[in-house]
Amino acid sequence: MSRLEVVSPIPGVFYRKPDPDSPDFVKPGQQVAADDTVGLVEVMKSFYPVPAGAAGTVVEFAADAEAVVDAGQPLVVLEVDA
Amino acid sequence: MKRLLIANRGEIAVRIIRAANDLGIETVAVVSEADRSATHALLADQVVPIGPAPATKSYLVADAILAAAKETGADAVHPGYGFLSERASFAAAVADAGLTFVGPEASVIEQMGDKVRARQVAQAAGVPTVPGTPGGVSDVAEAVAAAGEIGYPIMLKAAAGGGGRGIRVVADEAELKVAFPQASGEAASAFGDGQMYLERFVRAARHVEVQVLGDGSETVHVFERECSLQRRRQKVVEEAPSPGIDERIRAEMTSAAVRLCKEVGYRSAGTCEFLVDDDTGEFFFIEMNTRIQVEHPVTELITGIDLVAEQLRIAAGEPLRFKQSDVTKRGHAIEFRVCAEDPDRNFLPGPGKIGDVRLPGGPWVRTDTWLAPGSQVPPFYDSLVAKVVVWGDDRPTALRRANRALSELVVEGVPTTTTLLIELLGQQWFADGAFTTGTLEEWLVRRAEASA
Repeated sequence: MSRLEVVSPIPGVFYRKPDPDSPDFVKPGQQVAADDTVGLVEVMKSFYPVPAGAAGTVVEFAADAEAVVDAGQPLVVLEVDA
Repeated sequence: MKRLLIANRGEIAVRIIRAANDLGIETVAVVSEADRSATHALLADQVVPIGPAPATKSYLVADAILAAAKETGADAVHPGYGFLSERASFAAAVADAGLTFVGPEASVIEQMGDKVRARQVAQAAGVPTVPGTPGGVSDVAEAVAAAGEIGYPIMLKAAAGGGGRGIRVVADEAELKVAFPQASGEAASAFGDGQMYLERFVRAARHVEVQVLGDGSETVHVFERECSLQRRRQKVVEEAPSPGIDERIRAEMTSAAVRLCKEVGYRSAGTCEFLVDDDTGEFFFIEMNTRIQVEHPVTELITGIDLVAEQLRIAAGEPLRFKQSDVTKRGHAIEFRVCAEDPDRNFLPGPGKIGDVRLPGGPWVRTDTWLAPGSQVPPFYDSLVAKVVVWGDDRPTALRRANRALSELVVEGVPTTTTLLIELLGQQWFADGAFTTGTLEEWLVRRAEASA
């Protein structure tokens, strides 16, 4: 088992849910596939989905909801399937 | 009007501050944490911080803006475009606070912001709208009868749907008889309502809009603009006059816009948007923007009228200073939007720190921008960093001058769309004015395929 930090590809604002009325994309403990979306980063009014990047289990969020993040900053921590 | 608060940022805040200065009005800028040293903050007489960087926590917080107005003794608020500019509740809150809102009354913003009501206003004023059914249609026979009146091709839309889902285009009656039950069945299972709207499908549309100024009783038009090239419904190039309409359509469309504004007693600057069917030459009202628009400079360059200054004068209670016969146009103007995006990486926005900046100059070139060496392009707002606007005796002269001006523009530190704009100027179809609202995206697809 190894840990993977899913990082933001761009600077912007991190969203855990697709819109204010929906549940979060993922919850800690949840299984995800590599192309599952774990969050959105909004940069200059465009929204970019962030994929998990590897199959595994969500351990925790590394950034607060609606936090201002930099490119390369961890958003979500995964435990990658062996 | 003695002191104006500008409830906006970026180039439009700078533009409004300059117009206010020209009229001898003091200015108050509001800034988010990301904009403390932004150009609008440097140019204003007073600056008030209103909250954190994300717009939802600063520029979109009406209470914070009203508190800033109170604190600084501002007597008027200009909303610019975007943000709170077309929010009726904000216009009402400004008025309730005893301040002047630079724009139409809240009730007019509300009326024109609701597409169904705006369409009713247009019809009452005898202004053509896209032919369609007024309500939902539930059976095939009724649909065939309606389509016969509207004219093919027809667009079918779920009456209970939204967001462009489930739209179908049918070419003739035979297709409609097959498509209607299918579409209606899908709508019934998706939305619990099988009723469909029918609307004329305009295959090749141009987007032409008429700029108006009204003082509540008199209205004049200030000619039209064509939103020449668009990408994902975002405008990239605008020009005035429209190269896609003739004098007859121009006369009919501008007088339609004036009738529409008189119908609601429009007071301020505003824009009536039309769709022009490039196949038939018919035009249809789509909606009205009750604010100043990004592309207003092209109108200013062909008419010599400062639209923001007129907006301020009207808001201060002055009657219109000119009659329709006083408004004349001369030459041709084109605006190019320069955005901090990388056109070769699918327009990926590129915020960051600006290095060197060199802006185009020379005769009949205007650059509206907040850019300065060392400034920051924040990730929180839109990607527009400059508008390069040029004027020429005629369209070919304006296009050559645009090429020269854009070639002079240097913005270091972030990607920009400048090179793509110059490339567009080299396209024959653009030089010929042979485009519709879909042309730019089609060209971008061909361009991407050619470079793959």
